[in-house]
Amino acid sequence: MTDVPARDFPLLFERSRPGRRAARPPTVDGPDLASLLGEDQLREVPPRLPEVSELDLVRHFTQLAHRQFSIDGNVYPLGSCTMKYNPKVHEEAARLFQDLHPNQAPETAQGTLRLLFELQRDLGALTGMDAVSLQPAAGAHGELTGILMIRAYHRARGEGDRRSVVLVPDGAHGTNPATAAMAGYRVVEVASDARGEVDLAAFTAALGPEVAAVMLTNPNTVGVFETRILEIARRAHEAGAQLYYDGANLNAIVGRVRPGDMGFDVVHLNLHKTFTTPHGGGGPGTGPVGVKAHLAEYLPVPLVVEGNDGFRLSEDLPSSIGRMRSFVGNVGNLIRAYAYIRTLGLEGLRRVSGHAVLNANYLRVRMQQAGYSIPYDRHNMHEFVAQPPEGVHTLDVAKALLDYGMHPMTVYFPLIVKEAMMVEPTETESLETLDAYADALGEILRRAAEDDGYLAGAPYTTPVRRLDEVRAARQPVLRHAFEEGPGSAE
Amino acid sequence: MPYLPHTEEDVRRALDTIGVDSIDALFDELPAALRNPDIDIPPAMDETALLAHLRGLAAQDRAQGPDFLGGGMRRHFIPAVTPHLALQSEFVTAYTPYQPEVAQGILQATFEYQTMMSELTGLDVSNASMYDGATATAEAALLAVRQTRRERVLVSRGVHPETRAVLGTYLEALDIRIDTLDLEMLSTPVPSVDADVACVIVQQPNFLGSLEAMGALTNAAHAAGALLVAVVDPFSLALVKPPGAYGADIAVGDGQTLGNPTAYGGPSFGFMVVESGLLRQLPGRLVGQTVDVDGRRAFVLTLQAREQHIRRSKAKSNICSNHQLTALMAAVNLAALGPQGLREAAVGSVRQAHRLADRLLAAGAGIERSVPFFNEFTLRTRRPGHEVRSALAGRGVHAGVPVGSEYGLGNAVVLAATELVREGDIDALVGALEDVGELAGHGVSHD
Repeated sequence: MTDVPARDFPLLFERSRPGRRAARPPTVDGPDLASLLGEDQLREVPPRLPEVSELDLVRHFTQLAHRQFSIDGNVYPLGSCTMKYNPKVHEEAARLFQDLHPNQAPETAQGTLRLLFELQRDLGALTGMDAVSLQPAAGAHGELTGILMIRAYHRARGEGDRRSVVLVPDGAHGTNPATAAMAGYRVVEVASDARGEVDLAAFTAALGPEVAAVMLTNPNTVGVFETRILEIARRAHEAGAQLYYDGANLNAIVGRVRPGDMGFDVVHLNLHKTFTTPHGGGGPGTGPVGVKAHLAEYLPVPLVVEGNDGFRLSEDLPSSIGRMRSFVGNVGNLIRAYAYIRTLGLEGLRRVSGHAVLNANYLRVRMQQAGYSIPYDRHNMHEFVAQPPEGVHTLDVAKALLDYGMHPMTVYFPLIVKEAMMVEPTETESLETLDAYADALGEILRRAAEDDGYLAGAPYTTPVRRLDEVRAARQPVLRHAFEEGPGSAE
Repeated sequence: MPYLPHTEEDVRRALDTIGVDSIDALFDELPAALRNPDIDIPPAMDETALLAHLRGLAAQDRAQGPDFLGGGMRRHFIPAVTPHLALQSEFVTAYTPYQPEVAQGILQATFEYQTMMSELTGLDVSNASMYDGATATAEAALLAVRQTRRERVLVSRGVHPETRAVLGTYLEALDIRIDTLDLEMLSTPVPSVDADVACVIVQQPNFLGSLEAMGALTNAAHAAGALLVAVVDPFSLALVKPPGAYGADIAVGDGQTLGNPTAYGGPSFGFMVVESGLLRQLPGRLVGQTVDVDGRRAFVLTLQAREQHIRRSKAKSNICSNHQLTALMAAVNLAALGPQGLREAAVGSVRQAHRLADRLLAAGAGIERSVPFFNEFTLRTRRPGHEVRSALAGRGVHAGVPVGSEYGLGNAVVLAATELVREGDIDALVGALEDVGELAGHGVSHD
């Protein structure tokens, strides 16, 4: 499609020239290192880090940024990922606090500690939970925290050995079964019914005295609300199981119905989803966990507490599952989420979930009009699952979208729907953007019908085109191979 | 409403297209009795009020002043170019690079990061990052358990107490036994390792600041068929022998010291680098090099069969999001410093720490000077560590990470110094320690 010969974009190591440099730290005079550290402790071969001028460095990472799709660039409707606008004022908010050291005396950190204390309280109020830990560093980390608390709870009641199973729906996020396994549980999957909800009969049959926990996402991973959630909660609790809420989809219902009120015992939140902290190309996320009172004694430490002499971090929780990570948590993101909650208030958060659901339903109808089918044809929540027409592959449509400067939806998830396209437009996209997205999807089908080779060749205009992923896996090249010179890892 | 684009007319058009008459009608499947609860959170505020409120909170913190804090994080030199480049909005507002054709920016930067971490540690394969040093250490222990099929680990007490606490949380869940090696003379003695031990975990430099005899410890682990997990401060690897050079199997640690702000403890990132034989057991994301259909070099997430979204309950870990952006900060920062700048910063840090130790010794402080240290060391104190830290904070100096009673040192704190220590800072700390009665007449005797 292009007359310009294919050229490799250079690696930073290929721009490197011995003796060039960018930044200069302050230098300190003093004795030689061998006398300070001991000769046998010293490194013999220096690391081959890039040697580039500051402008070369700037150009390299600026050009790499240009080779990167982002929300700030265009619509990014990845289902389950909640790629909504990340407000710029949050970045300024986080910078105000970024130089605080975690080992400072608490009396010099009262502002940050107050903010964290208030955030614990507000996240508890929004989820209907009695106590909150800000520790977990990501959603999956929050899941592990929650499941370990459930495990501690059953152990304390003498049922730890008996309750060895965690139930997850067959449409669950992969992290759910992986988390349960990491906590030593056996995973049993529960089928979904024709409406996309947990099959109540299959669920009831799977419940038993060996079940420790049920992990649910609501709205679930096909984007529909589990309408029998109160019955599910009742049956789970009657069987002695704890009900875990995967908060990946809380953004659909925030302010409108609370997991705690629906009967969930534990909830994790993805602050990078509902509370719009940036995804950063794959983290850092942040996954606070809220629990009902009967689990509060098992929360990880430290907790932020208020005492007579101000706020402090407390590790005084004898039944705690322990620490989940170092220090208090991903404070930079906690500050961003706090700023978001304070900007919107309850009314604003309700409008966020309302418009997220409005946009998703609008795009569902527009995609149906554009020739895509909807396996669960009902009102959806913040996201929905679609399928391309018979004979068209989801992967090909996704690649073709890239030529329109738009990001594809999540593809091939959930696993229970063939050729699944999971679409989550979020509330921050305008109708014009959603119309353009649906129009592009329609045009792709028309072009595919006219030109046999079109879809298989897409994308045509991206910085690189389809990749040989098999080669990447069969002959792994996971670091740059230096051509010459001493190396520490060769 | 901030961030929501719809006009009233847009909402009406959307509702008409869907065929409902209100947004609330889209929520009619929610349990009626539970809908729209009264939730007690503070009222909304505009941007100006928000920033004023946050500045008011920030004013109740105090980050400025002479700084000698270590114990897991330190404030190092970060050139202005580092955050400027790493925090470009294309990187900040991207998702995990699942569509490689439009994600070469993050994918290539991650490949460069993996190469730099491999160079720093002297080991073959770095993953794309983990949450922090503590969780990376726990994941390393789980890796060793999978690899050796043994269910016991030995951990040095020199590993940061919070890292050991996290290790305990993760391993307890799988009923894996942990035995702790007590320190002798502030360092880890070479242990006898039984044949049921999966790995020996040692931190270099250790929590008290001492440089460990990593070669001998590695040999002891290997003689018993156990792996050696080195928990390293990557900043120190500018000067100190890298894990690959003494035969460690896995290097893990926290990357904050490579260019991220301390941020009251997070986010930083964890790293994990392994020798190539452990590749298939490695948790987390990995970026590999390949070509596109036109033959151009390109990068892609690879070997995903280890991961949760493919293997579900059989995955090597449940980790999904890693800490990509903070790892990118490190990659940019390492390139900004280059080998020379990183070395200069590290040398400056070491010299300032030794200068401080010498000044304190001269003033009669309790410091064990015969054990080599890098840029942190332990000071015996009269009062409990947290009281010393608070007393120093009252005099405007940040210093003194408390050392717990588990070390058998009595009262003590860890002090650190970096290349950012300025003229007068050491005087301020020594003066403040004298003021609060921790130096005068303390004498040199300590047992």
